[in-house]
Amino acid sequence: MTRFILTVNGRRQTVDVDPATPLLYVLSQDLALRGPKFGCGLSQCGACTVIADGNAVRSCVTPVSRVTDVNITTLEGLGTPDQPHPIQQAFIDEEAAQCGFCLNGVILSAKALLDRNPQATDAQIEKALSTVLCRCFAHVRMHRAIKRYAREMSK
Amino acid sequence: MTREHNTRRDFLKRSGALLVSFSIGSATRSVSDSVTAAQPLLVPGDQLDSWIAIDENGLVTAYTGKCDLGQGLATAQTQLVAEELGVGLAQVTLIQCDTARTPDQGTTSGSQSHPTNFNNRNLAQAAATAREALIRLASQRLSVSTEQLEVQNGIVFASQEPSRQVGYGALVGGRRFELTIDLTAKRRRPDEWNVLGTDAAGLDFPALVTGQFEFVHNVRLPEMLYGAVVRPPAIGANLLNVDESSLRDLSGIVKVVVKRDFVGVIADGPWQAIQGAKQLAVSWSNGTKLPAQSDIYEQLREQPALDTLVVDSGDVDEKMIAATSTVTATYRHPYQMHGSLGTSCAVADVSTDSATVWSATQAVHPLKSTLAMMLGLSQDDVRVIFRRGSGCYGINGADTAAYDAALLSQSLHRPVRVQLSRRDEMAWENYGHAYVIDQRVGIGASGRIVAWDYEAWFPRRGGRPGRGTPGNVVTGVLAGFAPTTPTPRNPSPPPSGQFSNRSNAAPSYVAGCIDGRCGGTGTVQSERVLTHTVESPFFTGPLRSPSRLQNTFAHECLMDEVAARVGADPVAYRLDHLSDPRLREVVQAAALRANWNTRPSPRPDVKGSGIVTGRGFACALYEGDNGYCAIVADVNLDQDTGSLKVNRFTVSVDCGPISNPNGLRNQIEGGALQGMSRALLEEVTWNDEYVTSVDWRTYRSLPLGFPVPDITTVIVDRFNGKAMGAGETAITLVAAAIGNAIFDATGTRLREVPFTRDRIQSALNATRRP
Repeated sequence: MTRFILTVNGRRQTVDVDPATPLLYVLSQDLALRGPKFGCGLSQCGACTVIADGNAVRSCVTPVSRVTDVNITTLEGLGTPDQPHPIQQAFIDEEAAQCGFCLNGVILSAKALLDRNPQATDAQIEKALSTVLCRCFAHVRMHRAIKRYAREMSK
Repeated sequence: MTREHNTRRDFLKRSGALLVSFSIGSATRSVSDSVTAAQPLLVPGDQLDSWIAIDENGLVTAYTGKCDLGQGLATAQTQLVAEELGVGLAQVTLIQCDTARTPDQGTTSGSQSHPTNFNNRNLAQAAATAREALIRLASQRLSVSTEQLEVQNGIVFASQEPSRQVGYGALVGGRRFELTIDLTAKRRRPDEWNVLGTDAAGLDFPALVTGQFEFVHNVRLPEMLYGAVVRPPAIGANLLNVDESSLRDLSGIVKVVVKRDFVGVIADGPWQAIQGAKQLAVSWSNGTKLPAQSDIYEQLREQPALDTLVVDSGDVDEKMIAATSTVTATYRHPYQMHGSLGTSCAVADVSTDSATVWSATQAVHPLKSTLAMMLGLSQDDVRVIFRRGSGCYGINGADTAAYDAALLSQSLHRPVRVQLSRRDEMAWENYGHAYVIDQRVGIGASGRIVAWDYEAWFPRRGGRPGRGTPGNVVTGVLAGFAPTTPTPRNPSPPPSGQFSNRSNAAPSYVAGCIDGRCGGTGTVQSERVLTHTVESPFFTGPLRSPSRLQNTFAHECLMDEVAARVGADPVAYRLDHLSDPRLREVVQAAALRANWNTRPSPRPDVKGSGIVTGRGFACALYEGDNGYCAIVADVNLDQDTGSLKVNRFTVSVDCGPISNPNGLRNQIEGGALQGMSRALLEEVTWNDEYVTSVDWRTYRSLPLGFPVPDITTVIVDRFNGKAMGAGETAITLVAAAIGNAIFDATGTRLREVPFTRDRIQSALNATRRP
């Protein structure tokens, strides 16, 4: 076991874990966050995504030892039910989900892209989401929500 | 920690016992699992108090046995209760699927939630009964006749003198109604609706998008441990030996649990449990040899079968001989997966004499009974509490994970959480049935169909565990219970009783006549529909539109083939053979909205190369009585690469009065795209020992990032009809519509799902060959 100091949603947190532990388990187990989810453990579906220093990162295959010097943001770090972040508000406005299990990966993958490139083209958005899955297939609404957020950012 | 379990019996023993509670739902509403004195106890379904409770402040709690799996049902049921009671949405809290608290409504499945809870019984009728009872109470209290009273926001007032008023809280607050549901209590008419019929925002959305929503994966109990399971390497393999010393060097391992062929590891944390399961040295016997995938469809035909004649007019063979021409075709549909995005998870807290299990099961009461069998407990001592999981689309691993967690928890009498690995989810789930379907249609001199002959073979093993068959899912078998399998029966007894299309085995175009009474939606009088159920090497179970999708693929493609043979427009030809006015109306509505150009398929200017466009049609009445739907698919196909792009789906749907139009659109859109993923990509694969499609590289799904088709949904709102299901309508039609569109574009017919790029290309090549 090793002590690590992580910066998650702007707060410094100390955890004592096996260095090989994927970040996902530290977030959901040690820090009791509900946003990042286990979908596959293989970096194939996106459910575990976090934003690490601006990049969408798959926490299920990222050892905790590799993310001690970065700012980690989870879905909880964006906004709250009473004060959602604009991208969260866009998903509410478009009712862009069904079961909602994928939302973490969808919202954070899209946000990481659009924060870097607010003018992202449809093809660039598709590429950023090409390994993100939503098995309820709320795609139409999710694409609408992402574009709504992009528009609002460009205002 | 409190070691009690709040089963009903416990509650009766210790009235008012409060236990661990969990928050769920949005920030504005918090639901606890605690059983308190004001809440109903189980709970005969005919008693109003089983469904509705009103507290001193007039806040309404409604109890339902149909749960929200992600299909928006919690919002729709909250709308229903608010509408019938005349209160605002925010005044209603909905408790879903908890064996200690909610009525036993069996399984949330088969698009039955609207038919069950939104027509004149159950939740809807309970709310209507409550409203009438409250108005009667107010009438006495205010000395105003019931006819002169109105309700708004839970306040009953005199129409002529609104200051004479009394709130629900003052009328009944905290007390039971002690009334039987009144089947004559007047329901709100759709033309009076204020809350139902509107685009109510999903109540779970604020919590979902901010990571606050509690999925079953997020349930945490004090002193909880974490489990992982070790499944056999091959189907039919039995446990020979477990060497626990193989875990000696791992920290955090608490216990290895073995029960017959069930093996699991309990650890302090989830990662440790996974490492333990991976490292544990387990030896197994060889598995049962699996049939070769390359000729699975031929093998289905050769097995002993349970034969069922759905309908048989007795004259099909002679009508075929007399027919001017016949069209025959065989359609194949593979095993497919539910493929939930999140693997299945459950939390169990099992003591020496009771158990509480948090599960994303669709069937809390049935699961309670099979958990009792698995644990050797009395049913009365088991409580199952629903928590949403990752969308399931039918039976995913939710029930089997509940068994896993319960067996592990029982070994230590401590709470255990289990979440399956991606491989364990995919290798062992209850797949949607493979199908091989032989179709034969006779065409008369007029060009109309004179006889329809359908014969299908499909495999079955296990399914939903129901109330007595834990062996219907993998953990039950590992623990020693047997799955249900078909008992061969040949020949089938003749069809009898009322006609049912039996999972759309009977096409929409037959009359469906048994002993002179016809219940079909079509005109073809000479009809035979025969199914053969055979044993499956894999577990099978209902996958969104189970059998209906496979059958409809075969029917709607065949209808297209026949229309092409006689040179008829596919929509007009369908209408020529449909008698049901509502099915006809959705057909016409979809065609109209899609600007359907009346002409035969394939299009006249079919050319052998380059990018071509096509349109395809399909329609069905789901299960014969539960949702009318029609669809047009517009596609582009690159004939040089086999690459297919769907540009647009136009879907029309009639499922009675619509509770939440936006929620309905969400279901139609998701169904259309899930259907597209299944039609183009999805197929379970295996070698001679085990399933090889065990992750998202080996079992492909359309990702979020692809050129998403435009989807237009036309809602035919049937105010005066019965509420029907909607969630499985669109998906049922998609494979046929795309297959028909490919034919329209190219003149090439695909009869086997999925239409992968390779398959499209080799079909095109085969057609081009002289």
